[in-house]
Amino acid sequence: MHHGAPLREFMGLTFNLGNIMMITVASAVVFIIAVLATRKLAMKPTGMQNILEWVMDFVKGIINSSMDWKDGGRFHLLALTLIMYIFVSNMLGLPFSITYNGELWWKSPTADPAITLTLSLMLLALTHFFGIKAKGAGGYGREFLKPFWIMSPIKIVEEFANALTLGLRLYGNIYAGEILLSLLVGSLAAGSWAGKFAAIIPTVAWQGFSIFIGGIQAFIFCMLSMVYMAHKVSRDH
Amino acid sequence: MLSNSLVLGASTGFNSGDMIYQLIAFIILLLLLKKFAWGPLMGIMKERENHIANEIESAEQSRTEAKKLLEEQRNLLKEARNDAQGLIESAKKQGDVQREEIIAAARAESERIKQSAKVEIEQQKEQAVAAIREQVASLSVLIASKVIEKELSAEDQEKLINEYIQEAGEER
Repeated sequence: MHHGAPLREFMGLTFNLGNIMMITVASAVVFIIAVLATRKLAMKPTGMQNILEWVMDFVKGIINSSMDWKDGGRFHLLALTLIMYIFVSNMLGLPFSITYNGELWWKSPTADPAITLTLSLMLLALTHFFGIKAKGAGGYGREFLKPFWIMSPIKIVEEFANALTLGLRLYGNIYAGEILLSLLVGSLAAGSWAGKFAAIIPTVAWQGFSIFIGGIQAFIFCMLSMVYMAHKVSRDH
Repeated sequence: MLSNSLVLGASTGFNSGDMIYQLIAFIILLLLLKKFAWGPLMGIMKERENHIANEIESAEQSRTEAKKLLEEQRNLLKEARNDAQGLIESAKKQGDVQREEIIAAARAESERIKQSAKVEIEQQKEQAVAAIREQVASLSVLIASKVIEKELSAEDQEKLINEYIQEAGEER
């Protein structure tokens, strides 16, 4: 249970090599799935192509529910990559966690606040970028004074709160899921035979629930980032 | 142990390297997927969209064409039916006329035959009556001569001759 992180210093930056590995693995898995699914494209889709097209339409639905497609169409690929990356990341930590020399290597990359906050900050930065691009600096600035100028401190705090909650919600859900799994497997099942036997049912149940949570959180992350984007980009707000 | 592990898990902390790595990895993933997966996939979806739109359009077109043809066929059928009806009608009319003609002709013919038969019968009757009259006359003459031969005396003969003469004189 007591495992540290494989921390290494490099060029003045601290790297958690476990995270580095899992980010790479998650990216590779997403890339391989996507490329395998789109290797044989056909007008009549079959198998994997169907699944990916469904995901694509699903993401399109998410964007359409928060903004006009004319504004939101350019975020399609971003949201698609985001939802798949987060979903795969959430799933990676479920089947097992690997520790080596007392250091935790294999886990969900999204079970680390640094990772999720990076994603949410990147998204929020993008919303500001596209907000300025869509309305100009003046229009973008005026948004903070609406509906009353006195609200502007709240508006500014809201931006930081959005970034924090977006990242920490994902992190909290996934991390809690992994903690409970490791408690079930590491403590209960590590004990007597009775403990192993008793651990089976809750472990299976919690893993199934974690799959559900992982899917829901990927969806929520994607949808909320598109909602924030819509706030900045849409003209009618 | 429980709280310990929770704290330990959280204490891995914010590693600046991880954040930069995650950012770069995500951007690379986005670009790679755009090039190798999403681009082609979107292309094929767009193509399918166009294909379906074209198919719908052509289906619409052929539907209207079929409708037009159907209308045309229906009109033709109606025309043909009308023609047939007319033909039957005229044939019936013609048949009626012909029947009337035939009946009239037959009636006239029978009338004629009846007439000629009547005339013939009349003639035959005349002839027969004439023949009988002749016969009767000659027979009566014969009988009369026979009777007269036997019974007419000279006296009576005289009387008869006188009577005739008288009658002839009166008639004049």
